[in-house]
Amino acid sequence: MTARTLRGRIAIVGIGETEYFRHGGSPDAEFKLALKAILAACADAGIDPREIDGFSSYSDDRNEASRLAAALGTHRLRSATMQWGGGGGGCCAAVANAAAAIAAGLADCVVVFRALAQGQYGRFGQADGIATISGEKAYLMPYGVLAPPQRFAMRMRRYMHDHGITQDALRAIALASYHHAQANPRAVMFGKPLDAAKYDASRWIVEPFHLYDCCMENDGAAALVLVAADRAHELRHAPVYLLGAATGSGHRAGAIPHNAPDYASAGFATVAPELYRMAKVGPSDVGVVQAYENFTGGVVMALAEHGFFAPEQANEFLTRDNLIAPSGRLPLNTSGGNLAECYMHGFELVLEAVRQVRGVSVNQAPRNDVALVIGGPMVTPASSLLLGSEATL
Amino acid sequence: MSQRAPFYLPSGLPTPLPEPDGLSAPYWGGLRENRLLVQRCAECRTWQFGAEWICHHCHALDPDWVEVEPRGRIFSWERVWHPSHTALTGYGPYLAVLVELPQAGAVRMIGNLLGDPMQEFAFGEEVVGQFEHHADGTIPFTLLHWKRIS
Repeated sequence: MTARTLRGRIAIVGIGETEYFRHGGSPDAEFKLALKAILAACADAGIDPREIDGFSSYSDDRNEASRLAAALGTHRLRSATMQWGGGGGGCCAAVANAAAAIAAGLADCVVVFRALAQGQYGRFGQADGIATISGEKAYLMPYGVLAPPQRFAMRMRRYMHDHGITQDALRAIALASYHHAQANPRAVMFGKPLDAAKYDASRWIVEPFHLYDCCMENDGAAALVLVAADRAHELRHAPVYLLGAATGSGHRAGAIPHNAPDYASAGFATVAPELYRMAKVGPSDVGVVQAYENFTGGVVMALAEHGFFAPEQANEFLTRDNLIAPSGRLPLNTSGGNLAECYMHGFELVLEAVRQVRGVSVNQAPRNDVALVIGGPMVTPASSLLLGSEATL
Repeated sequence: MSQRAPFYLPSGLPTPLPEPDGLSAPYWGGLRENRLLVQRCAECRTWQFGAEWICHHCHALDPDWVEVEPRGRIFSWERVWHPSHTALTGYGPYLAVLVELPQAGAVRMIGNLLGDPMQEFAFGEEVVGQFEHHADGTIPFTLLHWKRIS
């Protein structure tokens, strides 16, 4: 029996996205955004969209596989996977699920995508229009713990207390993201630089998160195309290989309300070791990281849990200069990410990791053979992904 | 700033209700009677909160509901400034706390910390529960807030 792994077996051969907009700024319907991103990813790959035989997404994406297949006139549909729950924690898992479908012979050409028009369907950051509430949110919302900022600030506050993390560590992440966005014309915050003084003067959303610690809310879509590695060389770009993928969460991570035993954490204690094991690399092999920022605090935890530093070293490691490309020790969120490129629910981070391995990012990291993507700190299930060039196989 | 009356937060936030299957009905019903009920497995004595149909430790179904004293320690906290709901526009800041109950297996629950929203306090500080009854709406309900002892 061959080893049960995705390492080197699946390649990302195309990436595509729409123009990115502020929430409410898209002139296109959400489904049309999804179609545009998928067409762009297929064009990038040099694949006829009718050849797509699988779709994969996460976070209850509204743009259903069967409708996409009908709209695109695909020859047939073979795989339709949705990662349960976890919000942006599914952004890497959706890639893993698509890759697993191909590796298992259930499909040959799978599109992974996320489309989101918060202007059309309601904003994640607002909780209006709900008269009664049951389940987890009933324990939270009547106390004003309504939207993601309030749901996650307490975790970070406890983590800061446990490990002596300062506000400057959070600030460094915001500064690096905005720095990178200034070189990225796709970025919603392109032309809107951020410096330390502006960060410090910005309003609190919920302590310890300033305005600039929080992701944006946007309209847009992003997609990528996966095929088996043995087919990837026929296509336009040098393939970007999956080295490893892992998804999930630890013991009772989903215990509501805020009753997870490992509460002050991003949730990667069990996920990151699986990721590195499959990829056969370690943190020191990783040259560039895209880490999902619902909030900067989650990035601090996620990077520590992926082995880049001990929590007690976070203040020292997390400086703006350490995090920017090309000169930094660990270039982070080189497109601007959820904070400053576009909140495409983290999927823009996966596309940026592909660009890094291809060597075509506008903020290219010098060590780009192995790129890490981390999806959804502080949610369950979370997920992460390691991509690599041909040289890493 | 003194404590705000009659309720800590303005009305208009979502009203809590048990699930249609009744899972957490004992908890919400208990609060209406100034009683804090937490699940405890009759078989293995494991505490559990929020409600579930099974004991996560020994898998006995339908854990008991046991009354516990509403006292605890501040496990974490946040001061909220941005209104994520129109009912809160112009209202903040306010304090939400995560309280751990040592006498009930260290289960945790969210509430508001009564008093000045700018007050300073410590992790681990002791708090005592205070029931806030909302009896006027079409669906009456009760919240459990927390107050520092010192």
